[in-house]
Amino acid sequence: MKQTALNNAHKQQKAKMVEFAGYEMPIQYPLGMLKEHEWVRNGNVGIFDVSHMGQFIVEGENCAEFLSKITPSNFIISKEYLAKYTVLTNEKGGIIDDLIITKINQNKFFIVLNAACKEKDIKWIQSQIPQNIEFEELTEKSLIAIQGQDSENILSQLINENISDLPYMNLQICTLKSNKSQIFVSRVGYTGEDGFEVSIANNDAEKFWLDLSNFNEIEPIGLGARDSLRLEMGYPLYGHDLSDETSPIEAGLSWVVSKTNDNFIGCNHIIPQKANGCDKKRLGVKLLDRGVAREGFNVIKDNKTIGKLTSGGFSPTLKTSIGQGYFKTTEAKIGDEVFVEVRNRQIKAEITSPTFLQAKTKTAKK
Amino acid sequence: MKFTKDHEWVKIEDNVATVGISQYAADALGELVYVELPEISAAYNKGDAFAVVESSKSASDVYLPISGEVLEVNENLNSEPELINNSSYENGWIAKVKVVDDSSLEDMMGEAAYQKYLEELS
Repeated sequence: MKQTALNNAHKQQKAKMVEFAGYEMPIQYPLGMLKEHEWVRNGNVGIFDVSHMGQFIVEGENCAEFLSKITPSNFIISKEYLAKYTVLTNEKGGIIDDLIITKINQNKFFIVLNAACKEKDIKWIQSQIPQNIEFEELTEKSLIAIQGQDSENILSQLINENISDLPYMNLQICTLKSNKSQIFVSRVGYTGEDGFEVSIANNDAEKFWLDLSNFNEIEPIGLGARDSLRLEMGYPLYGHDLSDETSPIEAGLSWVVSKTNDNFIGCNHIIPQKANGCDKKRLGVKLLDRGVAREGFNVIKDNKTIGKLTSGGFSPTLKTSIGQGYFKTTEAKIGDEVFVEVRNRQIKAEITSPTFLQAKTKTAKK
Repeated sequence: MKFTKDHEWVKIEDNVATVGISQYAADALGELVYVELPEISAAYNKGDAFAVVESSKSASDVYLPISGEVLEVNENLNSEPELINNSSYENGWIAKVKVVDDSSLEDMMGEAAYQKYLEELS
């Protein structure tokens, strides 16, 4: 298994380590998954090691045009330092990966993509990239997420710059107070809370993580709670809720498809779907009785299986089990009463929006 | 109190066995969010899965250490599954079973032997 630069720190903090996407990662710390989830959700701050994700720089002339071809977004007209959530599409209009691409300048972009898709994405990008454009993996960088109501206040204490005006989905280049090293601070996250993802040199990562850990308001959070936090928000997880076979329109990511991009890979499938709708849609499922819904469980309506869950788990905030799945628009709509098959029981549930909680990210400045 | 290799515990009094899972098992599972209790008067053979305990991440079967018929289940676990984590041997009991065949007790471990078994596991 590969290890991140924080591997020692996790073990010192008594994390329970598991294998994920080829990396040895913390699934939880002694606080436990439920309390770690509640720590972030209920007003404290959590730190997450997400260094297993791929970080890349794409640089060269007409870089923006290239990125606007392999995604449905428009990077030509996008603002500098705007972090766009988007998808890599294939010729059939399916999703290769979901990722965040930030414009540093017209000819230079910073990319963060999923660990489980890293090899696949590299191969795909290299197969499409024009010769003059460089595509470089930042293997000497770690990535640390800081998420929770007071994350701005805490992060500010460790850097020289003022980030109070940094808007949601924007990046600011900052320097560490400890040694003036340059870091990328992006006001993004996967929890629905205000927060940041910090791209930092491997050599600086452990000290930064331990400095953060020293704050009373901070707890380290594992991948278990990371998953339940995103599930409450309705954020999809690639390899579960998104795949090569799902289109961004079916996935509810139609907003990612720019109105000003009419020529990208898969556009002849995706653009008509955006205009006319498609016949299946990603929706939420919420159990109305006790039990836990999990990925792969069947969803039943009028004695017929209408779909399977692509994600599922327990929501500590709602105190019930929730999940996501794809359903034909003719067979399921929000409000429908259904059953989820759990082992040999059928548990009463309802179809909902996949967004179970309102994001608190929009309340960030500007 | 006797223990199985799968970390169930059993206490027998007047031919009624109270069954639960050990602190070690509860710690390994993490905070439980749901317990599937058996039906009253259901009959099981030794080794049958008679309950399921679920954490955020996974579901685990609980095996009955003896053969018997379910007399009573701990309804408190419906609203407070975490009783198993906080009080594995007292308030976190899972079911009371009328013993039909307890010959398997001989093969189970006493408290000291179970402690030793746990040391060997780690």
